[in-house]
Amino acid sequence: MIEEMRLRDAALAKRVAEKIRKIASSKGIVKICHVCGTHEWTITHYGIRSLLPESVEVIAGPGCPVCIVPAYEIDEAIKLALDGVTITCFGDLLRVPGSKMSLLDAKAEGADVRVVYSVADAIKMARKEREKEFVFFAIGFETTAPSTAVEILKGPPENMSFLISHRLIPPAMKALVEMEDLSLNGFIAPGHVSTVIGMKPYEVFPRDYGMPTVIAGFEPLDILFAIYMVLKQLRKGKPRLENEYVRAVLPEGNVRAQRLMRKVFKAEDGRWRGLQIIPESVLTLRDKYKKYDSRQKYDLHVRRGVDIRPGCRCHLVIIGKIKPTECPLFMKACTPHRPVGPCMVSMEGTCRIWAGSAQPINERA
Amino acid sequence: MCLAVPAKIIKINGDKAQADFGGILREVNVALVDAKVGEYVLVHAGYAIQTLSRKEAEETLRLWKEILDGEDQS
Repeated sequence: MIEEMRLRDAALAKRVAEKIRKIASSKGIVKICHVCGTHEWTITHYGIRSLLPESVEVIAGPGCPVCIVPAYEIDEAIKLALDGVTITCFGDLLRVPGSKMSLLDAKAEGADVRVVYSVADAIKMARKEREKEFVFFAIGFETTAPSTAVEILKGPPENMSFLISHRLIPPAMKALVEMEDLSLNGFIAPGHVSTVIGMKPYEVFPRDYGMPTVIAGFEPLDILFAIYMVLKQLRKGKPRLENEYVRAVLPEGNVRAQRLMRKVFKAEDGRWRGLQIIPESVLTLRDKYKKYDSRQKYDLHVRRGVDIRPGCRCHLVIIGKIKPTECPLFMKACTPHRPVGPCMVSMEGTCRIWAGSAQPINERA
Repeated sequence: MCLAVPAKIIKINGDKAQADFGGILREVNVALVDAKVGEYVLVHAGYAIQTLSRKEAEETLRLWKEILDGEDQS
């Protein structure tokens, strides 16, 4: 059944691509924005852009949860690590540059930085090594935040706290659509975030901004269909919210996960790397759970960092304003081996994805 | 990070379940879903975030057909 879930069909893909070419307007460019690193991976890996007509552009918004963690939050983790606290984090965070160094550099200097697959692994370590202080660097969007909530509600051990860095996708989409110089025409909404939050949080985009919005899955056909659905809405001139990923996204989402998230976290205004402050986009612990907050526990006061190094254009890549290939450092000074900016680190970073793929695949045939 | 992988639930013990990822068995936390043995779930960073069913996969095929056929008629 896992194989069946892949839903691959080359003939069908060709048929949809043909439909897209037929329906695409000959006047002007249609810019469709997705906000998910895994969508970008599918698009690049399967050469979806090479199937699209010149008038349809698909751009990658801030959908890489590792890329948008501000440098000062990486600096916070590094400070704790160098002070002797054990930092546990997801693997792709390790090499993301902070203001001066990465967590991997801190590890090279002797700090105890450990990669975990899930927050549960971090808790297991903390229970086993009671003499040490543990911090879980809790990054990720609405897909990941519920798991942090589950563990906080279970009552973690005393030697465990959380550096909460979770961020929310719909407020970022709102920030994008309000950037006038981006002039977007439609959204492909992230499938797995949507399995948790459901459809409601996106209603604002067609209603208030006239943006066709389609929630999509991660198979090449899902993406092709989503593009086609956006184009169809644009042609009809009736923007609405549609769900292409019906096999995983319920209209109401995962209500239990939403309830647990609300119980533990509240949304506040906050910074995204390379972007300005986005209203109500960052999760913080509610007062009842502040005892698990690493910032409070260790009295952290890092509030400024170097998000973008000289020459790096990650701040423009993150919002899809330029392609990775338009950055002068791409695959020259900045490579997966020696990343300068955050987009070149994670497997969900746009630059990293483009670097790992034959570049012509993102060009039109 | 927003990657989620389908897996089949083999055994459940409280919040913890044994899940089959196409031949590889791993422990998965099922606190966020109502999953039963034999069902498929989407797993993200060790936590099942949604249940999947064959019916819903078939629903996708139906939806795709509807989208294409609808256009043919218009």
